[in-house]
Amino acid sequence: MSLLATGLPFAAVPLVAGLLSSPVGVAHYLVVGAILFTAGVVCMALKRNALGVLMGIELVLNGANVNFVAFSSPYLRGEGAASLGLDGQIIALFVILLAAAEAAVALAITLNFYNNHATVDIDRAEDLKG
Amino acid sequence: MMTTVLASVVPVAAVNWHSVLFLLFAAVACACAVAVVLADNVVRMAFYLVLSLASTAGLFFLAGAEFVGAMQLMIYVGGTLVLLVFGVMLTAQAPFVAIKTSPSDRVLAGMVGAALLAVLLQAAFRVEPWRRPATAAVAAPAATPIGMALLGVRADEPAAGVPAAAVRSGYLLPFEIVSIHLLVVLVGAAYLARAKRRRTPRAIDVAASSVGPVVTARQAARSSASALVPGGGR
Repeated sequence: MSLLATGLPFAAVPLVAGLLSSPVGVAHYLVVGAILFTAGVVCMALKRNALGVLMGIELVLNGANVNFVAFSSPYLRGEGAASLGLDGQIIALFVILLAAAEAAVALAITLNFYNNHATVDIDRAEDLKG
Repeated sequence: MMTTVLASVVPVAAVNWHSVLFLLFAAVACACAVAVVLADNVVRMAFYLVLSLASTAGLFFLAGAEFVGAMQLMIYVGGTLVLLVFGVMLTAQAPFVAIKTSPSDRVLAGMVGAALLAVLLQAAFRVEPWRRPATAAVAAPAATPIGMALLGVRADEPAAGVPAAAVRSGYLLPFEIVSIHLLVVLVGAAYLARAKRRRTPRAIDVAASSVGPVVTARQAARSSASALVPGGGR
């Protein structure tokens, strides 16, 4: 226990020190985007509340947006590497706008489902089962 | 104790504050995204989602995309999530606030998620040439070029490898398509979510009932729907 309490932080010190003193690259942003995307996919697959599925969709779109912004960033670009430039930021803006539209329609469908079935449990949406 | 050890390893002058802020925002964004998955209460899920998306806006600011970050805060956090919270409030009956998932589903989803994350991380670490020591890159504010591009005029520098005389398309047509799309979507959402129950009967229904015992089409559809749906009349 004492080894765990003292040894683990000391073992993490070089890693954290390297992260704190080295500049951030595109790979850092891609890792964050991958984690957000995976959390969104698992959230979509796991939640039984329809609003939870909606939140998973928001997380997935957000993870994709992180990648777009990272590839378009002027601070993270490699010297000779091609960059998305301004296009990436504009695509990210369009993704945000379409996510807002998607959330409005999906929420309307959810409220309609709730009005007709008195539940938001998507496992009970089985009227179309043959 | 860890901070003192860190201070002895990394002198304050060598600390890259850009990296420190990046680590802060990235940790909050990822931790809150995982908390959205793990939480059962839908109200807490909405709160964690607000934190995650706001931290992502911080990441956008750190990447030099200040206009996208501001739009993320205003549209996503200020608009979309308020809409989601309204949905949570409108449907927050006691049995639906926390719908449990079965443990076997959790294990299965965890395995699938871990496999997906492994693939994505492997791809993320393979973009090695993009890493470089940060020189003092100064980027122009991006709001004006974005506005010009949405009007169909490109005012930004072309990327490396693209000849300067090449015609680069603006975004006027996608801008118009998205605006029409938003209009159609909002009309459709208002139509779908409209209130169906009327407290006072419409004039046409009153006239129809005064003629005779005629069941209106709306009432017939409602009664047949509640007969089809088990428990739909609740």
